[in-house]
Amino acid sequence: MEAKVEDRPAMTVEQPAEPKETDDAAPAALGELKIKATDVNLWYGEKQALFDVNLEVFGQSVTALIGPSGCGKSTFLRCLNRMNDVIDICKVKGDIRLDGEDIYAPEVDPVQLRARVGMVFQKPNPFPKSIYENVAYAPRLHGLCATKAQMDEVVETSLIKAGLWEEVKDRLDAPGTGLSGGQQQRLCIARAISVNPEVLLMDEPCSALDPIATATIETLIDELKENLCIAIVTHSMQQAARVSQRTAFFHLGKLVEVNDTSTIFTNPSDQRTQDYVTGRFG
Amino acid sequence: MSSLTILAILIGAGVLAYFIGRMRSIQTCGGQQQNLHSRPSYHGYYLAILTALPAIILLAVWGIAERPLTRYVAMQELPAKVLQGSDAEKALTMSVVDTIAEGLPQLSPEEYEVLRKARYGFVTTSDARDVLARHGVVLGSDPDRSLLAAADELASRAEPAGSRCRSACFALAALGFVWGYSRIRPELRARNIVERVMRGGLFLASTVAVLTTVGIVLSVLFETIHFFQFVSPFDFLFGTVWDPRFATVGKAEGQFGLLPLLWGTLFISAVALLVAVPVGLFAAIYMSEYAGSKVRAFAKPVLEILAGIPTIVYGFFALSVFGPLLRDLGFNIGLEISASSVLTAGIVMGVMIIPFVSSLSDDIINAVPQSLREGSYGLGATQSETIKKVILPAALPGIVGAVLLAASRAIGETMIVVLAAGIAANLTLNPLEPVTTITVKIVSQLTGDLEFNSPQTLVAFALGLTLFIITLALNVYALYIVRKYREQYE
Amino acid sequence: MTDQTASLASFTGEEAQKKLRKRHRAERRFRAYGVAAILFALAFLVFLFTSIFSQGWSAFLQTSIKLPVEFSQDVINPSGNPDAEDEIFRANYVKLARAALYKQLGIDAEDRKVRRDANKLLSRGVDVQLRDMVLRDPSIIGKTEDVWLLASDDADALLKGSIDRKTPSDRRAVNDQQVAWIDQLVDKGDMEKRFNTGLFVNGASSNPETAGLGVALIGSFFMMLTVVLLAVPLGVCAALYLEEYAPKGKISDTIEVNINNLAAVPSIVFGLLGLAVFINFFGLPRSASLVGGLVLTLMTLPTIIITTRAAIRAVPPSIREAALGVGASKMQLIGHHVLPLSLPGILTGTIIGLVQALGETAPLLMIGMVAFVVEYPTTPLDPATGLPVQIYMWASSAERGFVERTAGATMVLLAFLIVMNSLAVYLRNKFERKW
Repeated sequence: MEAKVEDRPAMTVEQPAEPKETDDAAPAALGELKIKATDVNLWYGEKQALFDVNLEVFGQSVTALIGPSGCGKSTFLRCLNRMNDVIDICKVKGDIRLDGEDIYAPEVDPVQLRARVGMVFQKPNPFPKSIYENVAYAPRLHGLCATKAQMDEVVETSLIKAGLWEEVKDRLDAPGTGLSGGQQQRLCIARAISVNPEVLLMDEPCSALDPIATATIETLIDELKENLCIAIVTHSMQQAARVSQRTAFFHLGKLVEVNDTSTIFTNPSDQRTQDYVTGRFG
Repeated sequence: MSSLTILAILIGAGVLAYFIGRMRSIQTCGGQQQNLHSRPSYHGYYLAILTALPAIILLAVWGIAERPLTRYVAMQELPAKVLQGSDAEKALTMSVVDTIAEGLPQLSPEEYEVLRKARYGFVTTSDARDVLARHGVVLGSDPDRSLLAAADELASRAEPAGSRCRSACFALAALGFVWGYSRIRPELRARNIVERVMRGGLFLASTVAVLTTVGIVLSVLFETIHFFQFVSPFDFLFGTVWDPRFATVGKAEGQFGLLPLLWGTLFISAVALLVAVPVGLFAAIYMSEYAGSKVRAFAKPVLEILAGIPTIVYGFFALSVFGPLLRDLGFNIGLEISASSVLTAGIVMGVMIIPFVSSLSDDIINAVPQSLREGSYGLGATQSETIKKVILPAALPGIVGAVLLAASRAIGETMIVVLAAGIAANLTLNPLEPVTTITVKIVSQLTGDLEFNSPQTLVAFALGLTLFIITLALNVYALYIVRKYREQYE
Repeated sequence: MTDQTASLASFTGEEAQKKLRKRHRAERRFRAYGVAAILFALAFLVFLFTSIFSQGWSAFLQTSIKLPVEFSQDVINPSGNPDAEDEIFRANYVKLARAALYKQLGIDAEDRKVRRDANKLLSRGVDVQLRDMVLRDPSIIGKTEDVWLLASDDADALLKGSIDRKTPSDRRAVNDQQVAWIDQLVDKGDMEKRFNTGLFVNGASSNPETAGLGVALIGSFFMMLTVVLLAVPLGVCAALYLEEYAPKGKISDTIEVNINNLAAVPSIVFGLLGLAVFINFFGLPRSASLVGGLVLTLMTLPTIIITTRAAIRAVPPSIREAALGVGASKMQLIGHHVLPLSLPGILTGTIIGLVQALGETAPLLMIGMVAFVVEYPTTPLDPATGLPVQIYMWASSAERGFVERTAGATMVLLAFLIVMNSLAVYLRNKFERKW
């Protein structure tokens, strides 16, 4: 198996690898293929931010996107639930499929898509509403709960899954903005999983948190991946190593290499990856 | 010599002193300018300030104090009966004194002599009245001797006091110059002194705004207290009839109920807000959330133009076009709409305050952090759902502030209602009928002849105080919540 | 958990699609409200401007009649003494104008009814017009000259079409005979609409055709001058103190809150202040443009302070540090760097303040500037009116001719404001600096 990897250079932009390679190489148990992005190019106005990115994201696992600042990893993540649509000057080309379905197809409604592909942001951004209302926001939007009892249950389950229930169950009416940073971020996670999305995108979810809160979130991610497909952008290589099964390394808008996390950190095939994970730049 | 001439002379002296001071400083250091602590021009400014400033301050103080002072002295001539009488009585007597005093300088010496004699009782005061009448000073009856005395004092005191003040000004200027000149030497810290004076000047300038507020409060309050000597505050605040009658000096015959005016003001403002708040808010939402840069570049100035049109233009438009239009429209659908109805004034005023709502709301909405929008989009909310359920609730305090500011504008607005609202004070719930407002009544009570001792004139100040208190409360509260709101997202 | 899996299913069903369509409809509706709001504002603006322009443009034209007026010595100066100014001043000029009109129309000067009808064609202001000609050049006495004399308000209205010819004669302001004469004069080219210079130079008048904005323009000019001379230095100094010197604390907070509130105080309250303080306490004359200027100064001060502070704040700290670093004192820093760099912003703010002051009416009513002033004011202490006050006075007049004048005066006011605003925009664009 090792030899096989040697034969074939790492998956790079110049030489995209076949997906089955990862199947073979995966030591961790990966779920079915969830998202497949092919030749994604993206422009902000005149400036091109992504160049021919090819990446696959699998269910029941965590895929980490790492790379130096401005390498396009966050931008790519935001393509996956069409958050970039909000920016006028942003133009996306390429093919991104969720369960084999082109998410940029004209008949796909980004509103519906985003309910299936949830997102957690860099800075905790609870709405200036109560904790309960924060979690109930999305189910209410999509009209998922007919009765108050159902809504209560959804809120409770989501908060339990986000590991926040015990801390806030007595003060669900308190404003979400009054929680601590780590709690706020878990509230945002609860909010995102309240509609039971299939994919959860996390854009540096711990960068604004202290180490203890970070550890809590990482444990949470580990639990959540049992039922979810998670893609996480992170600045911290330790975090990528801790939480992810697969890691993709971005550099200057290009996907340099994607592989099992252990492989990326111990035996990367590209020199740039090597330099980055050993701390020589970035 | 008028005060303006003296001012010009003093300024001229200051300029001269500048050049002398400059020269002197160069002289003292023997041309070695690097030995001077301050540059020569600062020595110039130093001397100019010492020469002109104290004298100008004296001149200003005199200018302010002269009239009240001489009037006070003249008033002492009046009989005790008048002095102990009411303010209104005093003011009435003083206005006669003023009239006589104004006539005095026009008299020839012989005529003046007649007046002097009349003052001390050698001839009858009706002779004095005839003499004055020849110079256009017509008195209703033969003046009391004390009135002539007071007028004589008023006229004769003013002149010598003025000339003494002029001499004092020039003396002060000369003194300042000599002292400053003697102090100029190389080690004089002229720059520091000049800068301290200038800093003081800047500080004074910044207090003008505060003084204005104090002036508004004091002047309006003073006249209002005066008004309450005629009409009890209770009748004013809770009276339901507004009928001031015509101005008759010293008699409170009419009724001065505030309520119909207050109701009219609030009614028209409410209609205005009903127009301005939805339009302004939706315009702001569209511009900040939906519009591309091109639409924005077009729509924002359009709204700003609405704010830039003088209110008199809106008033004329409401009077000549919009009022008749609404009336005809109503006639066609069988409604009787008065041309100066609440609707006319309210709608036009509403358009006027649209920009007040929209531009502040626009700022406020833009201040809502982008992360909240993303959070909502990320959950699959549409843009309008995000706006309705996240952005507006988050921006609510700020928007309330904007609406309150707009409301304060509407309540204080004058020209639209003066031209387009009714004049009859009317407690009605029907928006098709005319009502009148506080501002309309302030204008109508204060145009034409003023009698500062009749409640008909003074009531305008009581109305003004009411208006000031209402708008100030709205403004202070609105600015407070807007400020709090801004701090929250900074 | 099962509950949520169940709800997930409802994302895709027919029911869900329906719900989704409904949400998108709501989205489109919401967006349409926004567009509608902006269109409403735009439509109102267009309506306002077109209605004022359509009413007002004709005010810039005024009907005149060309008449060969004989400046008869017998009427103007019967004593023959050219120094008898009083005689010349009081002469019966109307008689001259009427005589010329009778001759021109070829009517019988003996018939009183005919005469009265004919007289109504001429403005009541023709005597002043002829008198001024004679006073300017006494040598025309005894000569006959062709003079364009102002026609009456009614004749003017007929020519401008605001009197309908189809109205029965007895309900029309001009009767059939007069209409015939007017047509006759127009056909001969002796009666026509000419550019209305009177609108810009005349003082107050109770006849619409001779009323003008002259006094108002001068009054407004004096007031603007006062504002520029007082509000700008005071405002800039105050802003400098608050930005550069004021220790951050209670005092500067108080001043700041104060200025913001002052900017929102109703303008009419400033009028009350002016009345109570400047007129009642200091004894300045009523109706004087100086008092108007002082009141407007206090009113515009907050605007100027606020904009100047913003301009000063925009000067980057690096420049301050550089100047202080080479040993400049704070005053030198301000004089050499801060003021020159913030000058465009200060200018823009000043113009905005002036625009506000020029259009303001209410406080001027309080200090008695609603006055019937015929003579030009020569100093700021003379009685005067202002442009917006003149509009107010004309708007409250009943005569038809004044409606047109009011709209015309509004156009003049708007023209001034547009020019000033454009200047502000130009200055901002030209000097705007990005640090």
